[in-house]
Amino acid sequence: MIQTFAFYLFAVLMIASAVLVITARNPVHSVLWLILAFFNAAGLMVLVGAEFIAMLLVIVYVGAVAVLFLFVVMMLDIDFAELRAGFIRNFPLGIAIALVLLAELVLGIGAYRAGEIVLGTPTGAAAPLIGAGNTESLGALLYSKYLFLFEATGLVLLVAMVGAIVLTLRERDGAHRGHQNIGKQVRRKPDEATVMKRPTIGEGIDL
Amino acid sequence: MTGFFQSLGLSYEWAWGVATVAGVLLIAFPLMLAVAMVIYVDRKVWASINLRRGPNVVGPFGLLQSFADGLKVFLQETIIPSAANKGIFLLAPIVTFTVALAAWAVIPFDAGVVLADINVGLLYILAISSLSVYGIVMSGWASNSKYPFFSAMRAAAQMISYEVSIGFILVCVVLWAGSFNLTEIVMAQRGHGFGIINGYWFNLLLFPMWVVFFISSLAETQRVPFDLTEAESELVAGYQTEYSSMAFALFWLGEYANILLMCSLNTLLFFGGWLPPIDWAPLYVVPGIVWFLLKTFFFFFLFSWVMATVPRYRYDQLMRLGWKVFLPMSLGFVVVISGYLMATGHYS
Repeated sequence: MIQTFAFYLFAVLMIASAVLVITARNPVHSVLWLILAFFNAAGLMVLVGAEFIAMLLVIVYVGAVAVLFLFVVMMLDIDFAELRAGFIRNFPLGIAIALVLLAELVLGIGAYRAGEIVLGTPTGAAAPLIGAGNTESLGALLYSKYLFLFEATGLVLLVAMVGAIVLTLRERDGAHRGHQNIGKQVRRKPDEATVMKRPTIGEGIDL
Repeated sequence: MTGFFQSLGLSYEWAWGVATVAGVLLIAFPLMLAVAMVIYVDRKVWASINLRRGPNVVGPFGLLQSFADGLKVFLQETIIPSAANKGIFLLAPIVTFTVALAAWAVIPFDAGVVLADINVGLLYILAISSLSVYGIVMSGWASNSKYPFFSAMRAAAQMISYEVSIGFILVCVVLWAGSFNLTEIVMAQRGHGFGIINGYWFNLLLFPMWVVFFISSLAETQRVPFDLTEAESELVAGYQTEYSSMAFALFWLGEYANILLMCSLNTLLFFGGWLPPIDWAPLYVVPGIVWFLLKTFFFFFLFSWVMATVPRYRYDQLMRLGWKVFLPMSLGFVVVISGYLMATGHYS
């Protein structure tokens, strides 16, 4: 009983907040609704017994990705009139993307129904996993059967990371403005930085 | 506790529900009381280090100072700035406070004394503690005022930076303990050093990780020297600037509940939780919860000691420490520790 109640609670909240992500006027509100949607997705994961995935969803998406979204969106200068003006112009493009997504969804469910794939079955019964715990079974699969794919994913992410660093790296000319040499700062002694002066009254100091 | 309520004649579901609610209250109320007392201790420690007296007027030795402060903020008017985004402005302190309490669900106070003894307890704590940034970011943005906004920006960058290295340190501990469950992590520390010392700190490979973890937990809870989010010389009071009365108090309570959580994590992950410091039979006569609270309190003292003695970091120093020192170091230790464990046949 309580599982059913929890499922409908999470599912309804998730769909409602997903709708609010796209209907909210304010982008910051959109991101906050998105976070709520992630949360409820994690709740659904817990309900199907995938607690490791649920925790990863919260740590990675809510804890890191959404924070960066919020970081960027907060700094936007929001102009509501401009946002609404773009709506009509982009409407056909939006419909096209929605149709593509719908087609993919239908195809995906069709393919899933059509026959068994390696990890799951249409009835929802998962393929037998190694060990008892969630974490161990995932680890055992990732580091044995899917080792190559796992490492390849790592490489793809590494390339993305290097790309992001290269894109934002600027060669600074001249005096390296903004560069801090921590070692030099730590080595500095009081007598290199300060001078004691005893000025006579009525005269200034030459620095 | 479910068994106890079942013996009163409730069905299993109802007994479980009542036991869970009772457990939540049994953790939350003493925690709030502990927060009030710990604020008093904090102020007394700073005062002693600064050669002042600290709070000494309300009650004997000023013990009731925190309660007087609480009553004061409770009776104040909640002021909402007219330019603020009202809903999010009010939601932010609630998020901070709730998140600070939620993480305590998986903390074991003694053998078996834990509200939710889940498999992925450590990941749960990591997930919940990564949420605490939202309260700050939301309050900073919703206040619609420039100093809170700067503070929110700083908080977002700072907490992500230090969470990465905290994650790797937790991986080191998990590798050694072989479990994400906090109770099992504590039990794995029994007799870890030469068979007599309980705790992972007595280990040449894990001790540096504890030091990094301690410093990162200072950064994660925004304590001095990493309190750039509320640097009063630059940002008034940071994200709390526009808050008053209970909303402000919720931030305050949440902050100290988080600090206590980080202290208890230091205890659980590296200093053997509820186990006595030395694996010697007479010490087990003392109840486990006493050892746990003593150790947590010791770490809290370290937190206030640092607060009273260390100057604040510059922002670039903070980022450098997180990304250029702690991250490579903890990443390196993950490799070294997993290599050491494989080479010595830890898992066989």
